[in-house]
Amino acid sequence: MRDEGILIKHGRVIDPANKIDQVLDILVEDARISRVAKEIKVKADTVIEAKGKIVMPGLVDMHVHLREPGREDKETIETGTRASLKGGVTSLLAMPNTIPAIDSADNVKLIKEIIKKTAQVNVFISGAITKGRLGRELTDIARLKAEGVVAITDDGVSVDDETLFSEALKEAKVEDMLVVCHCEDKALSGKGVVNRGIVATRTGLRGISNESEFARVERDIRLAQKTGSRIHIAHVSCRESVEKIAQAKKEGIKVTAETCPHYFALSEECVLGYDTNFKMNPPLRSKDDVEAVKEGLKNGTIDAISSDHAPHTENEKDIEFDRAEFGVIGLQTELAVAISELVETKVLDWLTLAEKMSLNPAKILGINKGTLGEGQDADIIIIDPRKEWVVKKEGFLSRSKNSAFLGRSLKGVVTHTICSGNLCFTNGK
Amino acid sequence: MREKAKILDKESINRAVMRIAHEILEKNKGTQDLCLIGIRNRGAFLAQRLADAIRKIDNAGVPVGALDITLYRDDLTLISTQPLVRKTEIDFDITDKNVVLVDDVLYTGRTIRAALDALIDFGRPRSIQLAVLIDRGHRELPIRADYAGKNIPTANNETVDVRLEEVDGRDEAVIVGKDE
Amino acid sequence: MNNTLVWTKKDLLGLEYLTKEEIELILSTADSFKEVSTREIKKVPALRGKTVVNLFYEPSTRTRVSFEVAAKRLSADVINIASETSSVKKGETLIDTGRNIQALKADIIVMRHNYSGAAVVLARNVDLSVVNAGDGWHEHPTQALLDIFTLKEKLGKISGLNVTIVGDIAHSRVARSNIWGLAKLGAHVTVCAPQVLIPPAIDELGVRVLHDIDAALKDADAVNVLRMQFERDEESAFPKQMEYFQNYGITQERLKKVKKNIVIMHPGPINRGIEMSSEVADGANSVILEQVTNGIAVRMAVLFLVAQARDNKSSQG
Repeated sequence: MRDEGILIKHGRVIDPANKIDQVLDILVEDARISRVAKEIKVKADTVIEAKGKIVMPGLVDMHVHLREPGREDKETIETGTRASLKGGVTSLLAMPNTIPAIDSADNVKLIKEIIKKTAQVNVFISGAITKGRLGRELTDIARLKAEGVVAITDDGVSVDDETLFSEALKEAKVEDMLVVCHCEDKALSGKGVVNRGIVATRTGLRGISNESEFARVERDIRLAQKTGSRIHIAHVSCRESVEKIAQAKKEGIKVTAETCPHYFALSEECVLGYDTNFKMNPPLRSKDDVEAVKEGLKNGTIDAISSDHAPHTENEKDIEFDRAEFGVIGLQTELAVAISELVETKVLDWLTLAEKMSLNPAKILGINKGTLGEGQDADIIIIDPRKEWVVKKEGFLSRSKNSAFLGRSLKGVVTHTICSGNLCFTNGK
Repeated sequence: MREKAKILDKESINRAVMRIAHEILEKNKGTQDLCLIGIRNRGAFLAQRLADAIRKIDNAGVPVGALDITLYRDDLTLISTQPLVRKTEIDFDITDKNVVLVDDVLYTGRTIRAALDALIDFGRPRSIQLAVLIDRGHRELPIRADYAGKNIPTANNETVDVRLEEVDGRDEAVIVGKDE
Repeated sequence: MNNTLVWTKKDLLGLEYLTKEEIELILSTADSFKEVSTREIKKVPALRGKTVVNLFYEPSTRTRVSFEVAAKRLSADVINIASETSSVKKGETLIDTGRNIQALKADIIVMRHNYSGAAVVLARNVDLSVVNAGDGWHEHPTQALLDIFTLKEKLGKISGLNVTIVGDIAHSRVARSNIWGLAKLGAHVTVCAPQVLIPPAIDELGVRVLHDIDAALKDADAVNVLRMQFERDEESAFPKQMEYFQNYGITQERLKKVKKNIVIMHPGPINRGIEMSSEVADGANSVILEQVTNGIAVRMAVLFLVAQARDNKSSQG
């Protein structure tokens, strides 16, 4: 049963929804935030002394591959959400590229059942745009919506057929459903595995051009404008994409965008040693693109940071670069990477970081999360912002260990995760 | 490392070379079918000096070759610094020749064993003789020198360094002791 | 005499990863080994008791034979594994294959693989020595070493030479290894091909890119002509054979306008009448067969050096 009251004392409360950045106490009762004030004097069952720590809304990660059902050898909803707790993620959007894909009301029911039984955090469901994610036939968006799906995407692939995608956008508009766009023109990216440029040339690996991404960003924005529906561009990795999104926003088109920690923390040189933990799609780009992504985060072009958590088994990674799967895990490292690479370097302040990782994704998904306002769901994390740690395989609760940050020293550790009013995770003192 | 004693100087090296040249000529009854093959690195230079000495005495030239035995060693992994593979240069046929193998110091005999293996890959000499500037004892194989410039008793923890003008800029042989 | 330089690498994966001094050490060691092949008994016991496994995921007769001859002249035992006949075909992963070979107590794997970086991945996962005999479009270090060895033999030096590489640079591991090696030794490298066969940003490696063959040959001391692999044509923009010969083929006519002593190399096998005319291939400037001979010496040197480095390491550890 529920704890009767948690009092978090003397933490630096970061709550972008209410423009709060000051030392305050927070009282949690009945799964909700009941008070946020200076020196709350009540008796609570659990008192957490948070002096010197950051108290933030739990992260809302809008791009997570939990792999269940179908690939439980990579991850399950249970293991993925345990990893989430340790990483400070209290809400996430599960991607629909499971086996079977989440492309029907029945399959939504199936995954909802597993979530109910095993999920440790709030798992929101996205559905597929097309049946089987094959890009041929639209799913029944209205029925998906009725089952509680909050967004649709064929993530992993783009819907190549422009007419079909327009249809999807129109349907989505009717249902007020968010469409998450994996922007990749396969005709351009082909068999590519790394960024097209000097690193591809040096390694002899096939390149993926920026154009294969931004040309599709451009198309999807154009179709969003035409249909008036809401789109969200997933995993933005290159300069031109950032520029096209900025332009679209200026024109008032309803587009939002996310990037992932690896696109602002790492660049293409990482793949010179053929370490497949640096193989992802889109690929790690040039240093110039990394700068553009950071600028995009800073100036608001990029709204959100998500992990694109993509677990793969060692068998699928510990092989020739060309044959290895795309993707890296990220639930447990995204916050620390963001702190180390954005806050420490003054690209973002704490309030903006909380915006990118909690408030904005919640707003984009239309879910009531990402704030520390009184009366809101008590999804709260406490962070020791100065603590340094080294990323090791042993530390991952995820079933897969394919992290791009293995061996890296990062700053910032989640010491407490409160999810729906329960203190679900504590780490350290 | 510390130099303990100088055992040969320029003069005594010259005398030793001259004496060995005489002995080679005596034993082989002249330069007929005779050839000299020095073991790289310093043995090759000594072989050349012996050839020069023989020319002075007998007014006859003998073919001189150089042999690199790196590829024939049985102790490659035991030597701390990796040996450089140098060129073997024997541009004459050694079959039915009387070959005098030349080296600077004879110690365990393993270098000579390797050299014998190598030589045999080049042909079938009538005989192989061994000439060394210094024999310091401690043999581990049944090998002896036919000609030795000087016999010097040494301890196992000492080394004998021969220095030659051609490589080292001066002629001398010294005993070097390891520091405690 | 440079006695201080010691070869410490257990693997040879690419010339990108070597220093100038290491490349020079291989070349000078190969120089010594060249003599072995001129002997009556073309064999030395340097690698006696060692096992060399030729692991070939791509068919290649000449490279495999060259390595096999080199290993045998060093008295090593040689085992050939071709992917068609091995468990590779049954889906065994590269690393599992490598570890199995290790369990056989082999000492050196010479690997040819169709994927770039495969040798790097294998070397990281096994203790035995890995010699890259060509991986995808990445590197073919012993080919470049033998090219450079031959060039040095012909022209006495590498530094300051103008070397032109003609052909499918984009898909060529030979080109990449040559670019790294030649650049490290101080040569000026020009690559020449139609734009579709030039990989992105190649100029960042310090090479000059030209599309006009006559301009590329103008000041060249040597030209390395790559094999055109029309059979693996996957790019639609790939030029047609005749068109290629007209625009890029090396002919006597073209050679009239260049340095008289230009050295002409080709890694083989030659497509006569496509990359160069028969007259050029068999002409006075061609060193193609000398390359084959030198390949043995270079590969002997490489096998010897990596085996020793590994022995030294294990005796220390």
